[in-house]
Formats: sequence, C-alpha cells, structure tokens
Amino acid sequence: MEALIARGVTKRYTAHTALDNVDITIPEKTIYGLLGPNGAGKTTFIRIVNQIINRDSGEIKIFGEPLQEKHVGLIGYLPEERGLYKKMNVGEQLLYLAQLKGLSRKEALDRSKKWLQKFEISDWWNKKVEDLSKGMAQKVQFISTVLHEPRLIILDEPFSGFDPVNAQLITEKILELKENGSTIIFSTHRMETVESLCDHIAMINKSKKVLEGSKKDVKESYRSNTFVVEHKGALSLTGTSFQATGQKALGENYFETLISANGIGSPNQLLSELVSRTEVYRFEQKLPTMAEIFISLVKGEGDEALRKHLQEA
Amino acid sequence: MNKTWLIIQREFLIRVQKKSFLIATILVPLIFPAIIGVFGYIVYKEEQSAKPKIVYVLDETGRFNFESSSRFNMVKEAPPLDSAKKRYQKTDDFALLYIPQSNIENPTGITIYTKENQSMERIGSIERMISDQVKDFKMEKYNVEKEALKDIRSTSVDVKTINLTDTGEEKSSNSAIFYGLGLTLGVLIYMFVLIYGIQIMQGVIDEKTSKIVEVIVSSVKPFQLMLGKIIGIASVGLLQFLIWIVLITALSTAMLSYFGLQMPQKQMMEQVTQNADDEVREAIEKQGTGKAQEFLNNMGEIPFGKIAFVFVFYFLGGYLLYGALFAAVGSAVESLQESQQFQFPVTMPLLIGYLGLFTFVLRDPNGPVSFWLSIIPFTSPVAMVGRIAFDVPTWQLILSMALLVVGFIFTTWLAGRIYRVGILMTGTKVNYKVLAKWFMQKG
Repeated sequence: MEALIARGVTKRYTAHTALDNVDITIPEKTIYGLLGPNGAGKTTFIRIVNQIINRDSGEIKIFGEPLQEKHVGLIGYLPEERGLYKKMNVGEQLLYLAQLKGLSRKEALDRSKKWLQKFEISDWWNKKVEDLSKGMAQKVQFISTVLHEPRLIILDEPFSGFDPVNAQLITEKILELKENGSTIIFSTHRMETVESLCDHIAMINKSKKVLEGSKKDVKESYRSNTFVVEHKGALSLTGTSFQATGQKALGENYFETLISANGIGSPNQLLSELVSRTEVYRFEQKLPTMAEIFISLVKGEGDEALRKHLQEA
Repeated sequence: MNKTWLIIQREFLIRVQKKSFLIATILVPLIFPAIIGVFGYIVYKEEQSAKPKIVYVLDETGRFNFESSSRFNMVKEAPPLDSAKKRYQKTDDFALLYIPQSNIENPTGITIYTKENQSMERIGSIERMISDQVKDFKMEKYNVEKEALKDIRSTSVDVKTINLTDTGEEKSSNSAIFYGLGLTLGVLIYMFVLIYGIQIMQGVIDEKTSKIVEVIVSSVKPFQLMLGKIIGIASVGLLQFLIWIVLITALSTAMLSYFGLQMPQKQMMEQVTQNADDEVREAIEKQGTGKAQEFLNNMGEIPFGKIAFVFVFYFLGGYLLYGALFAAVGSAVESLQESQQFQFPVTMPLLIGYLGLFTFVLRDPNGPVSFWLSIIPFTSPVAMVGRIAFDVPTWQLILSMALLVVGFIFTTWLAGRIYRVGILMTGTKVNYKVLAKWFMQKG
C-alpha cells in the first residue's frame, strides 16, 4: 500500500503559485526524499500534508484514506525551524505534545520515559528547555516527533544543527523506525543524505514536480553510457563503436580515460575490446550522483543537456 | 475540543505555577490593607500622644470666655501685650491669642502669635471658636433666646432622593455609592482587559519566535490554539481576581476591626465633631446615625446580584473581544517593540471607553454619549458597568449584551483569519496592507 498519494495538488497565493499540479506517490515503509532548492514548494507540500494549510485543489490519500483531521495522529512532523517551549521542562513538554497528537496521558508518560531512556537522557526530565544546549534540544525535539509512533514521519532538514555523532545517532533511529514499519519523508537539499538513506525521491522545482522514482531507477535513467577506465599503456579505440571523450594521465604511462558508448555498445563489448587493447586496472560505468542530477535539473537544463554534461564531466 | 482543553490547561498551569503569579496574587491585596494599617497606626499614635495645646489668651475686652477642650487648653494671660509675648516666647506652647480692645460685635486686630507655621486646621478651629462667641454676642444684642439659638444652630436638612421607576416603584438612590461602584468596576475591567490582553499577545509572540507553533498547528487548528490561549489566560485572570477579592476583603476587615477596637467609634466621631458646639455635635451624631442607617438601607436596595452578573458578563465579553485582537497583533509581529504600531489601534477604543467613563458615563449615566458608549461593543464593557449601578433600562442592557456577543464573535473571527497566517510568517515586513492580505487569504 502507498503511505501517501497526492494527485494534482495545487496551492496558489495572490502573487505566486506555490505548488502547481503536483503528483507524488510515496510507497509504504520507505525513506522518501523530497528534494528541491529553497522556495521550490517543498515546505508548502509538507504543510498541506500536515493540514497546517489547505490545498486549493487536488487530492491527497494517506494510507488509502482521503486526508482528514483525524490523520494528524498518524503523522510526526519535524519542521525545519525547530522550537520548543523554552520555559517548560523536557518531561512536561513531551507529555503535552504527545497528548496533542492524541495519546492519553498515561501512554504519553510511558513512551516519553521509554524514549528518554533510549537516548540515555532520562535525567533530563525536569530540565527546562532553555537550559539545554542546541544539540540536546534537537534530541528532545526528535523524540517529540516520533513519540506517538506515527506511521508517517516527515523530517524537514533533520540533520541541520546536529554534530556528526548525533547525526549518526539520529540516522540509526530513523533506520530503526523504518524497520518497525514507518514511512519517512525527508525534505532536504543535502545530497549526501539522499545518497545514503533514501529509497525513493521526488524533486520539486519552481512549484512543479520535475522528477520522481526509486533512487536506482532515477540514476539508471540518467545513466549516460559513459565508462571510466584506468589503464596502463596507450589506448586506441579506432574501429570500435566506442569513443574516448577525455583522458588524463595519472602517472607514467598510466591513464584514466572516459569512454562513451554512443548509445550502441554494451559494457561487456567495451570490456572485451579493452582487454585486447590495454591493461585494465579499473572499469566502471559512470552513474550520475544525485548532486549532479539535482544541479542540472535546477539549472533548468533538459535531460539531453544533463547527459551531455555528464559525458563531459 | 479535547485538544483545546489541553491547550487551556497548559496555558493556565504554566502561568499559575510561576513565582511571579504567586507574588502578584499575594502582594497586591496586601498593599491595600497595609496602607489602611499604616495610616490607622499613625493616626492612632498621634491621637494617643496628643496633649491639649496650650493657647494663651490676652483678652483686652474681657468679654470672651473660652472653654478648654481635649484639643486646646486655654490659659488667661495678663496685659500688656509686649510682656505677654516675651513670656510666651520662653515657653514651647502652641500660641498666643491677642484680642485688642474693639467693638466686640465686629472685632478687629485679633492676632494669633505662633512659633512656627501651624496647621491651617488648628488655626481654623481657634477662628471658629472666636466667631462663635461673636455670634453669641450679636444674638444677645438682638435678644435672641439661648434656647432659640440652640435650636437654630442644630438645623440640618437631609434630602432623600427617590427614583420613580416606570412601574411606579419607588427606589432610593444614592448617587455617591453608584458613582463609586461604577468607577471601581469600570476601571477594573479596563485594567483586566489591558493586562491580560497583553499577556495573550506576549504568549503568541513567544510561540511564534520559539518556532514551536509549527509543531503545534500540525496537531491542532490554529483557531483552537488561539482560543485555548485566550481562555487559558482568562482563567488565570479570574482566579487571580477571585483570590484578590477574598484576600482584600479578609485582610481589610481584619485590619479595620483591629484598629476599630483600639479607637472606638465614639472617639472617631469626636474627632470629626469636636470643633462644633455640644448641641451641634449632638445633632450631627443623631444625623450621622440616621445617615448611616439610610446608607445601609440604600446598600440593601442595590441589586448586587444583578450587578455582579453584569460585571462578570462584561468582564469576560470585553476580555474575549480584545483578547482575540491582541492575539492577532501577536501573530503578526516578532517582538514586543514591533507590536507597538498595531497595539495602538487595538487599545484606542478601550481607552475611549475608559476616558468616557470619567467624562460622561459617571456624570450623566443616561445621557446620549453614555448610551452610545455602553451600546457599542468596543466601549461597552467599561461604559456599561459604569452605568449599571444607576439602573439601566432592560432593553438597553439586552441590546448591549447581544452586541457584545456579536462583537467578540466578529473580532475572534477576524483575528483568527490573521492569526492562522501570521503565526507561520517570519521575516516579513508587516503593515496593514499585509494584514489585509492575510485576512483575505484562503486557508
């Protein structure tokens, strides 16, 4: 089943259109990356899913049901701009936020104790938030997001403000939540996060969705049929269907050559050609990184331009 | 609704648990009894230590005959004036009164010598004593009998005011009580709305600047959050108010009864009347008890139940009407300083009501300006409670109450539309045009 299906979601303001006819399909139990530059409409989309603002048109289904008020308890939301009540202590704060999500006071109490233990911060219960460091407050905020065991967790730039150690901790918890059956939406423009964590991605640019699919499929579709070969000795490809598009020397008589298959040759063909012509040290099909895809799409270049760009890289 | 209840609880508890709440709740009511206590103590001490002041009297006419009292000890002094002055200067006594030889029915040149500037009140007392005697001389001259004199002196006319109501029912009215009641209630509502309205605004600004608000509105509707905050803070105010009333009443009563025991009523009465002659004093005392009786009667006739109901109604109505507007202002800005520009138009009508209370409502409770001030929802909370003791026609009261309900529903709706957009907007330069845009914006 899909955790979330959005069809034709549109949001207009007087001066501009924040979301234009966006379709998004988020499979259950995946980590879904929602990518796009600042101001593209990611936050608008997330706020619509959280029912903080209303869409002008379009449909949203959450776990098969049309999105309604009762669904707020199914969602855990960590906004990009974090914040807690400064004068409230950690324990009361967690209880309050969990109860607002529909938990009973007792459930909220049990779970917040459990989660504080998980993070080994049980002794923070009576601390006021204003006395916590930024990183500590972030942990509390993360707990408050997942405390009610939401089936859909929406994290807007979750790693901003975390040091590498805590970022690693949060990553582990996110993967644990996924194991336990939650669906996670990442809104981010940090491509390393996307590369390492996301199963699926969608990219929004200028209020339109420009790309969607599994990370593997997306990369495949942007595959440029370019190969990187490290080899010893000169290499000539004349008489083959392949073409060297660039070469740089790595050492004495030791080169790295970019080879384009021109859309005809298969990797195996190339490999057999290479074996007879040079001594191969490394052979790799060049796949675009998410960062490369992101940048070229945002720059408004078409798919063709992207491929060309990648071939030359 | 359940979630609104959670918000109300939080808003209430975080404020009630604060030390500042405890301090304000306990200290404020202590201030009044403390003032009463301090003054009572000073007066009491002064009266205790007060000995009669010695006044030397050099009467060249030989006709004046002053009696010593608890305040003044009148001592005869022998002429001539120069040596009397010298003798007086060697003492620490209060004054030397010199009455030269002149027409006793129209004496001139009477002089009081004192050491330093003395209180006008004491000098006035001595003046009264002299003029009373002069009056006596004149009365004798015109052959007015002593008895007749006493009777004339004790004349005091008391006019009772009675309102004839439409139904022909007679009601005593006591404007002074009504004035005091209207003033107190009106000022209370003004202060309550202003103080707690600003607390709402501060609360909204805090939520907005700490960014918690986006998390909250992903769980509840912005309108629920706003309403929860307004109602939560109202409960804090009501609780505080209740504690104040109980404490002030209890402490003031305790304080008064303590000093009341030390200084019996008779003694207090004496202080008031000691300058007058015995017969006048008697009359005043008789009158006084009559007045007090009438005062109590009038108090009994004031419909306190109705006034209390109307007060609570306008107290809450006015608070809700302005509270929503304060919430909207808070949602639009990012700091208290920034809020100034929008606070002004919100507090303006409240201030008009407050000033109107003094200039129109209390002076002329049934005049046209008072009428309109107490009908228009923005000024009615202050103006109507100012009028209510003066007996407002029922249709006006119902109209005003209905309009107030409509008024706060309207402001809450208006504020809610600005609030839901405003709380999520940061870094925007806000002016009235932007507010209007937010208001028009779809959800």
